Amino acid sequence: MTDDTLLSARGLNLRFGPVPALVDVAVDLWPGEVLAIVGESGSGKTTLLNVLSGRLRPDDGVVWYRDPAGKLHDVHAMPAPKLRALHRSDWGFVQQDPRAALRMGVSAGGNVGERLMAQGLRHYGNIREQAIDWLRQVEIDAARVDDMPRTFSGGMLQRLQIARTLVTHPRLVFMDEPTGGLDVSVQARLLDLIRSLVARLNIAAVLVTHDLAVARLLAHRIVVMQRGVVVEAGLTDQVLDDPQHAYTQLLVSSVLQA
Amino acid sequence: MTTISGYNFAYLDEQTKRMIRRALLKAVAIPGHQIPFGSREMPLPYGWGTGGIQITAAILGAADVLKVIDQGADDTTNAVSIRRFFAKTAGVATTTRTDAATVIQTRHRIPEAPLTANQILVYQVPQPEPLVKLEPSRAETRRMHALAEYGAMHVRLYEDITRFGQVAISYDYPVMVNDRYLMAPSPIPAFDNPKLHQMPALQLFGAGREKRIYAIPPYTNVRSLDFEDHPFRAGRAPHACGLCGSDTSYLDEVVVDNEGGRLFVCSDTDYCETRRDAGHAGDAA
Repeated sequence: MTDDTLLSARGLNLRFGPVPALVDVAVDLWPGEVLAIVGESGSGKTTLLNVLSGRLRPDDGVVWYRDPAGKLHDVHAMPAPKLRALHRSDWGFVQQDPRAALRMGVSAGGNVGERLMAQGLRHYGNIREQAIDWLRQVEIDAARVDDMPRTFSGGMLQRLQIARTLVTHPRLVFMDEPTGGLDVSVQARLLDLIRSLVARLNIAAVLVTHDLAVARLLAHRIVVMQRGVVVEAGLTDQVLDDPQHAYTQLLVSSVLQA
Repeated sequence: MTTISGYNFAYLDEQTKRMIRRALLKAVAIPGHQIPFGSREMPLPYGWGTGGIQITAAILGAADVLKVIDQGADDTTNAVSIRRFFAKTAGVATTTRTDAATVIQTRHRIPEAPLTANQILVYQVPQPEPLVKLEPSRAETRRMHALAEYGAMHVRLYEDITRFGQVAISYDYPVMVNDRYLMAPSPIPAFDNPKLHQMPALQLFGAGREKRIYAIPPYTNVRSLDFEDHPFRAGRAPHACGLCGSDTSYLDEVVVDNEGGRLFVCSDTDYCETRRDAGHAGDAA
């Protein structure tokens, strides 16, 4: 860990009964960096994401977060109100299923504005203006600000979830399979959007995916997991072009070449 | 009216009253915070005021003068029955006059006449949880109250302004009590919300089915939720009372014939009578 590390985890261990979900995992994340966690189903990717974001408590180990003032916080020793406040402001969480994250009975503008209102903004005009601005940034027509999310397509819903998450300008975003369940052309467009937003706003992101193409496109660094163990970590190109561990080699070779 | 024998004073036994008073003390100590209590079966159905009637029973003394109103009226079934209930079981004096009462049990209204520090207002509450339509889990709403996370309530107001151009909550309009707890003021019209603020009288809220008691102590800040550019406004039918001519009181709309005839009258019957006795008259009088 260096002086400017944004998020740093050491010695994370977690078992679900007899199943080891995390075995002595260490992860570092620097500001503006995108870290991909890859591996097959059940390898502990999402568990690691939940532990890093404070949603799930590990049996052992520590997660440090550095706030904008440079002070370090132990995420799992934080009082619940502070952690929730962090999730509302400095952090963001993008889920695989946007329907679970959005309020489906509330208009698109209301969904985007919710985090602003939770932060204490009480000016309707300003909230609406910011919501419209963010809809534009995720390439949703501003005229749809008052429409219900149920009238949106799957790709639009995911972009709406991203707008809703980024509206408070978080420094760190956790993404759990953001392109899962979308068809390939929609995926490509969404990946392009995420890449440009993350670069422009200098957001650090932890991205869970089973899709190596997604990791290659978005991530600066990559962590490969198998049965709760980090088997390989390094720069994305380095890991994907020259895999050292047998499991990584298997993963890379099993990608279909179009 | 003669009292009936075989019951304790004001129907409830002393242990139960003591339990309710303990909950009331906690409620007054934490304005707007919901306190659970062991709600009892009462000889009237849920939704008719079982919470309010238990609070009234617990605070009533032999010297008290009781007034009961339902939608502002003293002469509706619910008001008449509860007034008779306490006249029979406690032998207390009852009245329909707001200024003569020491305890006023109410459903859906706050009297028009200003209340004083010598009076207690007891509300009947069907749903004490203001967040219930936004968050179905009680465990989660308790957490939201504990952390004062009330952003979701503003999402509801935002949606109303987006769809209707204004906040469309006409009754049970959510309020912040003492700048800390979000509270459902029971189904009083939003028109009555400003009266909650800095009221000299003690205000007690009882929800019998939901088993919750909460309170607003005298002279407490109570603020209706709003946006800076869409401030709270208390709505009222744009008419004068047909009987007493008041153009400031809250009005009920009454259909009077089959030709679409309408009469607007004060919902507070005591206020209307007092004004008529003083010589005021409306168009239909």
